Amino acid sequence: MIPTQFEYKRASSLDDAIALLQASKGDGKLLAGGHSLVPLMKLRLSEPGVLIDIARIPMLSGISEKDGKVEVGATTTHHAVATSELLQRLCPVLSDAAGEIGDPQVRNRGTLGGSLAHSDPAADYPAVILALNAEVHLKGPGGWRAVKGDDFFQAMFTVDMAEDEVIVGVQVVPQKVAGYAKLHQKASHYAIVGVCAVLDVAGGTINSARVAVTGASSHAQRLTEVENALAGKPLNQATIDAAAALAGATLEDVNADIHASAAYRKAMVKVFTRRALEKAASRA
Amino acid sequence: MSETLPISITVNGKVRKANVEPRLLLVHFLRENLALTGTHIGCDTSQCGACTIQLDGRSAKSCTLFAVQADGSEIMTIEGLAKDGELHPLQEGFWEEHGLQCGYCTPGMIMSGVQLLADNPHPTEAEIRKGIDGNFCRCTGYQHIVKSIQYAANKG
Ligand SMILES: Cc1cc2nc3c(=O)[nH]c(=O)nc-3n(C[C@H](O)[C@H](O)[C@H](O)COP(=O)(O)OP(=O)(O)OC[C@H]3O[C@@H](n4cnc5c(N)ncnc54)[C@H](O)[C@@H]3O)c2cc1C
Ligand code: FES
Ligand code: FES
Repeated sequence: MIPTQFEYKRASSLDDAIALLQASKGDGKLLAGGHSLVPLMKLRLSEPGVLIDIARIPMLSGISEKDGKVEVGATTTHHAVATSELLQRLCPVLSDAAGEIGDPQVRNRGTLGGSLAHSDPAADYPAVILALNAEVHLKGPGGWRAVKGDDFFQAMFTVDMAEDEVIVGVQVVPQKVAGYAKLHQKASHYAIVGVCAVLDVAGGTINSARVAVTGASSHAQRLTEVENALAGKPLNQATIDAAAALAGATLEDVNADIHASAAYRKAMVKVFTRRALEKAASRA
Repeated sequence: MSETLPISITVNGKVRKANVEPRLLLVHFLRENLALTGTHIGCDTSQCGACTIQLDGRSAKSCTLFAVQADGSEIMTIEGLAKDGELHPLQEGFWEEHGLQCGYCTPGMIMSGVQLLADNPHPTEAEIRKGIDGNFCRCTGYQHIVKSIQYAANKG
Protein backbone atom coordinates (compact mmCIF):
# COMPACT_ATOMS: atom_id res chain seq x y z
CA MET A 1 0.00 0.00 0.00
CA ILE A 2 1.44 3.31 -1.09
CA PRO A 3 0.73 6.53 0.80
CA THR A 4 -0.12 9.77 -1.02
CA GLN A 5 2.79 12.00 -1.97
CA PHE A 6 4.46 14.15 0.64
CA GLU A 7 7.57 16.22 1.18
CA TYR A 8 10.11 14.82 3.64
CA LYS A 9 12.23 17.04 5.88
CA ARG A 10 14.62 16.04 8.59
CA ALA A 11 14.58 18.49 11.47
CA SER A 12 18.06 19.32 12.75
CA SER A 13 16.91 20.60 16.15
CA LEU A 14 13.81 21.08 18.26
CA ASP A 15 13.47 24.71 17.15
CA ASP A 16 13.93 23.65 13.54
CA ALA A 17 11.10 21.15 13.95
CA ILE A 18 8.82 23.86 15.37
CA ALA A 19 9.75 26.23 12.52
CA LEU A 20 9.08 23.53 9.92
CA LEU A 21 5.72 22.76 11.55
CA GLN A 22 4.77 26.44 11.42
CA ALA A 23 5.93 26.77 7.81
CA SER A 24 3.77 23.79 6.81
CA LYS A 25 0.64 25.72 7.85
CA GLY A 26 -1.27 22.77 9.23
CA ASP A 27 -0.28 20.39 6.41
CA GLY A 28 2.78 19.03 8.22
CA LYS A 29 3.10 16.17 10.66
CA LEU A 30 5.96 15.12 12.88
CA LEU A 31 7.41 11.68 12.20
CA ALA A 32 9.13 9.91 15.09
CA GLY A 33 9.11 6.09 15.05
CA GLY A 34 6.40 6.05 12.41
CA HIS A 35 4.72 3.04 13.97
CA SER A 36 1.34 4.70 14.25
CA LEU A 37 1.63 7.30 11.48
CA VAL A 38 3.09 5.19 8.65
CA PRO A 39 0.38 2.49 8.88
CA LEU A 40 -2.27 5.25 8.82
CA MET A 41 -0.64 6.87 5.80
CA LYS A 42 -0.48 3.54 3.98
CA LEU A 43 -4.21 3.16 4.53
CA ARG A 44 -4.60 6.79 3.43
CA LEU A 45 -6.37 7.58 6.67
CA SER A 46 -3.73 10.27 7.12
CA GLU A 47 -2.42 12.30 4.18
CA PRO A 48 0.03 14.92 5.45
CA GLY A 49 1.70 17.09 2.79
CA VAL A 50 4.94 17.38 4.75
CA LEU A 51 6.61 14.91 7.09
CA ILE A 52 9.06 16.39 9.58
CA ASP A 53 11.34 13.67 10.85
CA ILE A 54 12.39 14.32 14.46
CA ALA A 55 13.85 10.88 15.16
CA ARG A 56 17.47 12.00 14.95
CA ILE A 57 17.39 15.17 17.04
CA PRO A 58 19.91 14.31 19.77
CA MET A 59 18.38 16.37 22.61
CA LEU A 60 14.97 14.71 22.22
CA SER A 61 16.24 11.25 23.05
CA GLY A 62 17.52 9.73 26.27
CA ILE A 63 16.79 9.10 29.92
CA SER A 64 18.34 11.16 32.70
CA GLU A 65 18.00 11.94 36.39
CA LYS A 66 17.98 15.49 37.72
CA ASP A 67 17.04 16.84 41.17
CA GLY A 68 15.26 13.64 42.13
CA LYS A 69 13.22 13.57 38.94
CA VAL A 70 13.60 11.39 35.89
CA GLU A 71 13.25 12.80 32.40
CA VAL A 72 12.59 10.68 29.36
CA GLY A 73 13.01 12.35 25.98
CA ALA A 74 10.18 12.16 23.46
CA THR A 75 12.04 10.15 20.83
CA THR A 76 13.35 7.58 23.30
CA THR A 77 12.29 4.21 21.91
CA HIS A 78 10.15 1.76 23.80
CA HIS A 79 13.12 -0.61 23.73
CA ALA A 80 15.36 1.98 25.41
CA VAL A 81 12.77 2.62 28.13
CA ALA A 82 12.21 -1.11 28.67
CA THR A 83 15.92 -1.84 29.07
CA SER A 84 17.01 1.33 30.91
CA GLU A 85 19.00 0.40 33.98
CA LEU A 86 18.19 3.80 35.51
CA LEU A 87 14.43 3.34 35.12
CA GLN A 88 14.49 -0.27 36.24
CA ARG A 89 16.16 0.91 39.44
CA LEU A 90 14.15 4.09 40.12
CA CYS A 91 10.82 3.74 38.35
CA PRO A 92 10.50 0.15 37.16
CA VAL A 93 6.84 0.36 36.17
CA LEU A 94 7.73 2.55 33.20
CA SER A 95 10.16 -0.09 31.94
CA ASP A 96 7.63 -2.87 32.60
CA ALA A 97 4.97 -1.12 30.51
CA ALA A 98 7.38 -0.28 27.68
CA GLY A 99 8.47 -3.91 27.56
CA GLU A 100 4.86 -4.95 27.01
CA ILE A 101 4.27 -2.69 24.01
CA GLY A 102 3.80 -4.50 20.71
CA ASP A 103 6.67 -6.76 19.71
CA PRO A 104 10.46 -6.38 19.55
CA GLN A 105 10.46 -4.66 16.15
CA VAL A 106 7.77 -2.19 17.25
CA ARG A 107 9.70 -1.44 20.46
CA ASN A 108 12.87 -0.80 18.46
CA ARG A 109 11.20 1.97 16.43
CA GLY A 110 8.22 3.33 18.39
CA THR A 111 8.76 6.28 20.74
CA LEU A 112 7.30 7.63 23.97
CA GLY A 113 6.37 11.01 22.45
CA GLY A 114 4.73 9.41 19.44
CA SER A 115 2.64 7.17 21.64
CA LEU A 116 1.48 10.06 23.84
CA ALA A 117 0.73 12.37 20.90
CA HIS A 118 -1.21 9.66 19.11
CA SER A 119 -3.03 8.58 22.29
CA ASP A 120 -4.53 5.38 20.95
CA PRO A 121 -7.33 4.21 23.27
CA ALA A 122 -5.41 0.92 23.65
CA ALA A 123 -1.91 2.38 24.11
CA ASP A 124 0.03 1.44 27.25
CA TYR A 125 1.93 4.58 28.22
CA PRO A 126 -1.09 6.83 28.90
CA ALA A 127 -2.21 4.70 31.88
CA VAL A 128 1.30 4.79 33.31
CA ILE A 129 1.72 8.54 32.80
CA LEU A 130 -1.61 9.11 34.60
CA ALA A 131 -0.84 6.80 37.50
CA LEU A 132 2.66 8.22 37.98
CA ASN A 133 1.22 11.77 37.86
CA ALA A 134 3.91 12.54 35.29
CA GLU A 135 4.27 15.80 33.40
CA VAL A 136 4.35 16.02 29.62
CA HIS A 137 6.68 18.77 28.43
CA LEU A 138 5.87 20.56 25.19
CA LYS A 139 7.49 23.31 23.17
CA GLY A 140 5.88 25.48 20.53
CA PRO A 141 6.40 28.90 18.95
CA GLY A 142 5.19 30.47 22.22
CA GLY A 143 7.68 28.60 24.39
CA TRP A 144 7.66 25.70 26.86
CA ARG A 145 4.80 24.33 28.84
CA ALA A 146 4.22 21.40 31.16
CA VAL A 147 0.93 19.51 31.32
CA LYS A 148 -0.01 16.91 33.90
CA GLY A 149 -1.26 13.61 32.54
CA ASP A 150 -4.69 14.29 34.04
CA ASP A 151 -5.09 17.29 31.71
CA PHE A 152 -3.19 15.92 28.73
CA PHE A 153 -5.39 12.99 27.68
CA GLN A 154 -8.73 14.49 26.70
CA ALA A 155 -10.58 12.13 24.39
CA MET A 156 -9.98 9.40 21.84
CA PHE A 157 -6.83 10.34 19.86
CA THR A 158 -7.12 13.81 21.40
CA VAL A 159 -4.56 15.43 23.68
CA ASP A 160 -3.76 18.91 24.96
CA MET A 161 -1.27 19.76 22.21
CA ALA A 162 -1.42 22.47 19.54
CA GLU A 163 -0.70 21.78 15.87
CA ASP A 164 2.66 23.52 16.07
CA GLU A 165 3.79 22.05 19.38
CA VAL A 166 6.30 19.26 19.88
CA ILE A 167 6.40 16.91 22.86
CA VAL A 168 9.89 17.29 24.26
CA GLY A 169 9.63 14.58 26.90
CA VAL A 170 8.12 13.38 30.10
CA GLN A 171 9.20 14.24 33.63
CA VAL A 172 8.32 11.99 36.52
CA VAL A 173 9.02 11.80 40.22
CA PRO A 174 10.20 8.21 40.28
CA GLN A 175 8.08 5.81 42.27
CA LYS A 176 9.01 2.27 43.01
CA VAL A 177 5.88 0.81 44.52
CA ALA A 178 4.01 0.48 41.26
CA GLY A 179 2.81 -2.22 38.89
CA TYR A 180 1.43 -2.54 35.37
CA ALA A 181 -0.77 -5.46 34.32
CA LYS A 182 -2.07 -5.92 30.81
CA LEU A 183 -4.35 -8.21 28.89
CA HIS A 184 -2.72 -8.39 25.44
CA GLN A 185 -4.61 -8.60 22.19
CA LYS A 186 -2.64 -11.63 21.03
CA ALA A 187 -1.79 -10.51 17.50
CA SER A 188 -1.06 -6.77 17.80
CA HIS A 189 -0.36 -6.75 21.55
CA TYR A 190 -2.36 -3.58 22.05
CA ALA A 191 -4.05 -3.52 25.46
CA ILE A 192 -7.53 -5.01 25.64
CA VAL A 193 -7.20 -3.73 29.19
CA GLY A 194 -4.11 -2.34 30.90
CA VAL A 195 -3.97 -1.09 34.48
CA CYS A 196 -1.22 0.84 36.23
CA ALA A 197 -1.23 1.17 40.02
CA VAL A 198 1.07 3.41 42.05
CA LEU A 199 0.99 3.21 45.85
CA ASP A 200 2.37 5.56 48.47
CA VAL A 201 2.97 3.23 51.41
CA ALA A 202 4.42 3.96 54.86
CA GLY A 203 4.61 1.54 57.76
CA GLY A 204 2.34 -0.96 56.04
CA THR A 205 -0.41 1.59 55.40
CA ILE A 206 -1.41 2.99 52.00
CA ASN A 207 -1.36 6.77 52.34
CA SER A 208 -2.65 7.30 48.84
CA ALA A 209 -2.92 5.51 45.53
CA ARG A 210 -3.15 6.42 41.87
CA VAL A 211 -4.64 3.85 39.54
CA ALA A 212 -5.38 4.28 35.82
CA VAL A 213 -6.76 2.09 33.08
CA THR A 214 -6.21 2.03 29.31
CA GLY A 215 -7.95 0.02 26.60
CA ALA A 216 -11.29 0.08 28.38
CA SER A 217 -12.77 3.27 26.96
CA SER A 218 -12.08 6.21 24.64
CA HIS A 219 -8.89 7.21 26.45
CA ALA A 220 -6.88 6.32 29.53
CA GLN A 221 -8.59 7.31 32.77
CA ARG A 222 -8.07 7.23 36.52
CA LEU A 223 -10.00 4.67 38.54
CA THR A 224 -10.86 6.97 41.43
CA GLU A 225 -13.19 4.44 43.06
CA VAL A 226 -10.20 2.12 43.48
CA GLU A 227 -7.93 4.92 44.67
CA ASN A 228 -10.44 5.97 47.33
CA ALA A 229 -10.91 2.41 48.53
CA LEU A 230 -7.16 2.02 49.04
CA ALA A 231 -6.37 5.28 50.83
CA GLY A 232 -5.72 4.87 54.53
CA LYS A 233 -6.01 1.07 54.49
CA PRO A 234 -3.39 -1.48 55.50
CA LEU A 235 -1.56 -2.91 52.47
CA ASN A 236 -2.72 -6.51 52.37
CA GLN A 237 -4.57 -8.92 50.10
CA ALA A 238 -7.96 -8.14 51.62
CA THR A 239 -7.53 -4.42 50.86
CA ILE A 240 -6.41 -5.20 47.31
CA ASP A 241 -9.30 -7.59 46.66
CA ALA A 242 -11.89 -5.18 48.02
CA ALA A 243 -10.55 -2.24 46.00
CA ALA A 244 -10.16 -4.23 42.78
CA ALA A 245 -13.75 -5.44 43.06
CA LEU A 246 -14.85 -1.81 42.60
CA ALA A 247 -12.72 -1.19 39.52
CA GLY A 248 -14.54 0.11 36.49
CA ALA A 249 -17.73 1.04 38.34
CA THR A 250 -17.49 4.64 37.12
CA LEU A 251 -16.30 3.87 33.57
CA GLU A 252 -18.62 5.09 30.86
CA ASP A 253 -18.78 3.93 27.23
CA VAL A 254 -16.75 0.78 27.70
CA ASN A 255 -15.19 -0.33 24.40
CA ALA A 256 -16.54 -3.35 22.56
CA ASP A 257 -14.87 -4.82 19.48
CA ILE A 258 -14.06 -8.15 17.82
CA HIS A 259 -11.50 -8.87 20.54
CA ALA A 260 -13.64 -8.30 23.63
CA SER A 261 -17.20 -7.32 24.47
CA ALA A 262 -17.92 -4.47 26.88
CA ALA A 263 -18.98 -6.95 29.59
CA TYR A 264 -15.75 -8.94 29.20
CA ARG A 265 -13.65 -5.78 29.29
CA LYS A 266 -15.44 -4.65 32.45
CA ALA A 267 -14.73 -7.99 34.08
CA MET A 268 -11.09 -7.79 33.02
CA VAL A 269 -10.69 -4.28 34.43
CA LYS A 270 -11.26 -5.80 37.88
CA VAL A 271 -8.89 -8.72 37.28
CA PHE A 272 -6.08 -6.58 35.91
CA THR A 273 -6.53 -3.94 38.59
CA ARG A 274 -6.00 -6.67 41.17
CA ARG A 275 -2.90 -7.92 39.36
CA ALA A 276 -1.47 -4.40 39.02
CA LEU A 277 -2.02 -3.81 42.75
CA GLU A 278 -0.40 -7.14 43.61
CA LYS A 279 2.61 -6.25 41.49
CA ALA A 280 2.87 -2.87 43.18
CA ALA A 281 2.52 -4.48 46.63
CA SER A 282 5.34 -6.89 45.82
CA ARG A 283 7.63 -3.86 45.51
CA ALA A 284 6.58 -2.24 48.79
CA MET B 1 5.92 11.45 -9.28
CA SER B 2 6.84 13.89 -6.52
CA GLU B 3 10.28 15.31 -6.13
CA THR B 4 12.95 12.75 -5.37
CA LEU B 5 15.55 12.93 -2.63
CA PRO B 6 19.08 11.53 -2.75
CA ILE B 7 19.73 8.82 -0.15
CA SER B 8 22.77 6.79 0.77
CA ILE B 9 22.30 3.59 2.77
CA THR B 10 24.86 0.93 3.59
CA VAL B 11 23.17 -2.38 2.83
CA ASN B 12 24.97 -5.58 3.81
CA GLY B 13 28.24 -3.64 3.91
CA LYS B 14 27.86 -1.93 0.53
CA VAL B 15 27.01 1.75 0.13
CA ARG B 16 23.93 2.10 -2.05
CA LYS B 17 22.91 5.49 -3.40
CA ALA B 18 19.67 6.37 -5.12
CA ASN B 19 17.19 9.14 -5.76
CA VAL B 20 13.85 8.11 -4.32
CA GLU B 21 10.38 9.46 -3.79
CA PRO B 22 9.87 10.15 -0.07
CA ARG B 23 6.91 7.78 -0.01
CA LEU B 24 8.98 4.81 -1.22
CA LEU B 25 8.86 2.17 1.51
CA LEU B 26 12.15 0.74 2.67
CA VAL B 27 11.00 -2.79 1.79
CA HIS B 28 10.29 -1.70 -1.79
CA PHE B 29 13.68 0.00 -1.99
CA LEU B 30 15.37 -3.24 -0.93
CA ARG B 31 13.33 -5.54 -3.16
CA GLU B 32 12.82 -3.42 -6.25
CA ASN B 33 15.69 -0.92 -6.41
CA LEU B 34 18.34 -3.29 -5.04
CA ALA B 35 16.79 -6.62 -6.13
CA LEU B 36 17.27 -8.00 -2.60
CA THR B 37 14.11 -10.09 -2.64
CA GLY B 38 14.98 -12.17 0.41
CA THR B 39 13.08 -9.62 2.52
CA HIS B 40 9.42 -10.51 2.04
CA ILE B 41 6.20 -8.55 2.18
CA GLY B 42 3.52 -10.50 4.03
CA CYS B 43 0.78 -8.37 5.55
CA ASP B 44 1.98 -4.90 4.54
CA THR B 45 0.26 -3.70 7.73
CA SER B 46 3.11 -3.85 10.31
CA GLN B 47 1.93 -7.10 11.87
CA CYS B 48 3.58 -10.18 10.40
CA GLY B 49 7.32 -9.45 10.49
CA ALA B 50 8.09 -11.07 7.09
CA CYS B 51 9.82 -7.80 6.15
CA THR B 52 12.12 -7.71 9.21
CA ILE B 53 15.62 -6.34 8.64
CA GLN B 54 18.27 -4.86 10.94
CA LEU B 55 18.47 -1.07 10.92
CA ASP B 56 21.53 0.29 12.71
CA GLY B 57 21.76 -2.93 14.66
CA ARG B 58 18.12 -3.25 15.76
CA SER B 59 15.40 -5.31 14.10
CA ALA B 60 12.71 -3.36 12.29
CA LYS B 61 9.76 -3.95 9.98
CA SER B 62 10.83 -2.49 6.66
CA CYS B 63 7.21 -2.13 5.46
CA THR B 64 6.71 0.46 8.21
CA LEU B 65 9.62 2.70 7.30
CA PHE B 66 10.25 5.03 4.39
CA ALA B 67 13.57 4.57 2.64
CA VAL B 68 14.35 8.26 3.32
CA GLN B 69 14.17 7.58 7.08
CA ALA B 70 17.06 5.15 6.66
CA ASP B 71 19.26 7.66 4.82
CA GLY B 72 22.71 7.49 6.40
CA SER B 73 21.97 4.20 8.18
CA GLU B 74 23.34 0.69 8.01
CA ILE B 75 21.00 -2.11 7.07
CA MET B 76 21.45 -5.85 7.15
CA THR B 77 19.06 -8.12 5.30
CA ILE B 78 18.83 -11.91 5.19
CA GLU B 79 21.21 -11.80 2.21
CA GLY B 80 23.93 -10.36 4.45
CA LEU B 81 23.99 -13.20 6.98
CA ALA B 82 25.99 -15.95 5.30
CA LYS B 83 29.74 -15.32 5.28
CA ASP B 84 32.03 -16.76 2.58
CA GLY B 85 29.44 -19.34 1.56
CA GLU B 86 29.02 -20.53 5.19
CA LEU B 87 25.48 -20.37 6.50
CA HIS B 88 24.88 -18.28 9.62
CA PRO B 89 24.14 -20.54 12.65
CA LEU B 90 20.47 -19.49 12.49
CA GLN B 91 20.21 -20.39 8.81
CA GLU B 92 21.85 -23.70 9.60
CA GLY B 93 19.45 -24.20 12.51
CA PHE B 94 16.37 -23.63 10.32
CA TRP B 95 17.83 -26.16 7.84
CA GLU B 96 18.72 -28.80 10.43
CA GLU B 97 15.60 -28.48 12.60
CA HIS B 98 13.08 -28.16 9.78
CA GLY B 99 12.24 -24.58 10.85
CA LEU B 100 10.24 -23.86 7.71
CA GLN B 101 7.57 -25.26 5.48
CA CYS B 102 6.58 -22.76 2.78
CA GLY B 103 9.44 -20.47 3.82
CA TYR B 104 7.51 -17.22 3.49
CA CYS B 105 8.07 -16.13 7.08
CA THR B 106 11.61 -17.52 7.28
CA PRO B 107 13.78 -14.50 6.41
CA GLY B 108 11.89 -12.38 8.93
CA MET B 109 12.00 -15.12 11.56
CA ILE B 110 15.74 -15.46 11.13
CA MET B 111 16.29 -11.69 11.34
CA SER B 112 14.27 -11.61 14.58
CA GLY B 113 16.34 -14.56 15.79
CA VAL B 114 19.49 -12.56 15.08
CA GLN B 115 18.19 -9.74 17.30
CA LEU B 116 17.12 -12.13 20.04
CA LEU B 117 20.45 -13.94 20.24
CA ALA B 118 22.37 -10.66 20.09
CA ASP B 119 20.45 -9.41 23.17
CA ASN B 120 20.24 -12.75 24.94
CA PRO B 121 22.64 -15.45 23.67
CA HIS B 122 21.09 -18.25 25.75
CA PRO B 123 17.35 -17.67 25.85
CA THR B 124 14.81 -19.96 27.49
CA GLU B 125 12.01 -21.37 25.36
CA ALA B 126 9.63 -18.70 26.72
CA GLU B 127 12.14 -15.97 25.87
CA ILE B 128 12.47 -17.32 22.33
CA ARG B 129 8.70 -17.23 21.90
CA LYS B 130 8.63 -13.64 23.18
CA GLY B 131 11.52 -12.75 20.86
CA ILE B 132 9.54 -13.84 17.80
CA ASP B 133 6.32 -12.17 18.96
CA GLY B 134 6.48 -9.83 15.99
CA ASN B 135 6.66 -12.62 13.41
CA PHE B 136 3.79 -14.76 12.20
CA CYS B 137 4.12 -18.22 10.70
CA ARG B 138 1.06 -19.75 9.07
CA CYS B 139 2.63 -23.20 8.52
CA THR B 140 4.87 -24.63 11.19
CA GLY B 141 3.05 -24.08 14.45
CA TYR B 142 6.29 -22.45 15.69
CA GLN B 143 7.59 -25.63 17.38
CA HIS B 144 10.40 -26.19 14.89
CA ILE B 145 11.17 -22.49 14.65
CA VAL B 146 11.84 -22.48 18.40
CA LYS B 147 14.06 -25.55 17.98
CA SER B 148 15.93 -23.89 15.11
CA ILE B 149 16.75 -20.88 17.29
CA GLN B 150 17.75 -23.21 20.15
CA TYR B 151 20.10 -24.98 17.71
CA ALA B 152 21.78 -21.66 16.85
CA ALA B 153 21.98 -20.67 20.53
CA ASN B 154 23.66 -23.97 21.39
CA LYS B 155 26.20 -23.45 18.61
CA GLY B 156 27.04 -19.90 19.69
C1 LIG C 1 2.13 -3.99 15.21
C2 LIG C 1 2.03 -2.89 16.20
C3 LIG C 1 1.72 -3.17 17.51
C4 LIG C 1 1.62 -2.16 18.46
N1 LIG C 1 1.31 -2.49 19.75
C5 LIG C 1 1.22 -1.52 20.67
C6 LIG C 1 0.94 -1.82 22.03
O1 LIG C 1 0.79 -2.98 22.42
N2 LIG C 1 0.85 -0.81 22.92
C7 LIG C 1 1.04 0.50 22.53
O2 LIG C 1 0.96 1.38 23.40
N3 LIG C 1 1.34 0.82 21.27
C8 LIG C 1 1.42 -0.15 20.33
N4 LIG C 1 1.73 0.20 19.04
C9 LIG C 1 1.95 1.62 18.68
C10 LIG C 1 3.40 2.00 18.92
O3 LIG C 1 3.69 2.05 20.28
C11 LIG C 1 3.76 3.35 18.26
O4 LIG C 1 5.13 3.37 18.22
C12 LIG C 1 3.30 4.58 18.98
O5 LIG C 1 1.90 4.59 19.16
C13 LIG C 1 3.64 5.83 18.18
O6 LIG C 1 4.98 6.19 18.36
P1 LIG C 1 5.87 6.54 17.10
O7 LIG C 1 7.13 7.09 17.58
O8 LIG C 1 5.94 5.36 16.22
O9 LIG C 1 5.02 7.73 16.46
P2 LIG C 1 4.71 8.16 14.96
O10 LIG C 1 3.96 7.09 14.26
O11 LIG C 1 5.95 8.67 14.31
O12 LIG C 1 3.74 9.39 15.24
C14 LIG C 1 2.44 9.20 15.77
C15 LIG C 1 1.76 10.57 15.93
O13 LIG C 1 2.40 11.33 16.93
C16 LIG C 1 2.92 12.54 16.41
N5 LIG C 1 4.20 12.74 17.09
C17 LIG C 1 5.25 11.87 17.12
N6 LIG C 1 6.22 12.35 17.94
C18 LIG C 1 5.76 13.53 18.43
C19 LIG C 1 6.31 14.50 19.34
N7 LIG C 1 7.51 14.34 19.92
N8 LIG C 1 5.56 15.59 19.61
C20 LIG C 1 4.34 15.76 19.05
N9 LIG C 1 3.77 14.89 18.20
C21 LIG C 1 4.48 13.78 17.90
C22 LIG C 1 3.01 12.33 14.92
O14 LIG C 1 2.91 13.53 14.20
C23 LIG C 1 1.84 11.42 14.67
O15 LIG C 1 0.66 12.16 14.56
C24 LIG C 1 1.85 -0.80 18.07
C25 LIG C 1 2.19 -0.51 16.75
C26 LIG C 1 2.27 -1.53 15.81
C27 LIG C 1 2.65 -1.19 14.40
S1 FES D 1 5.02 -7.10 5.70
FE1 FES D 1 5.91 -5.85 7.20
S2 FES D 1 5.06 -6.59 9.03
FE2 FES D 1 4.05 -7.79 7.51
S1 FES E 1 6.86 -21.58 6.95
FE1 FES E 1 5.11 -20.90 5.87
S2 FES E 1 4.62 -19.10 6.95
FE2 FES E 1 6.17 -19.92 8.13
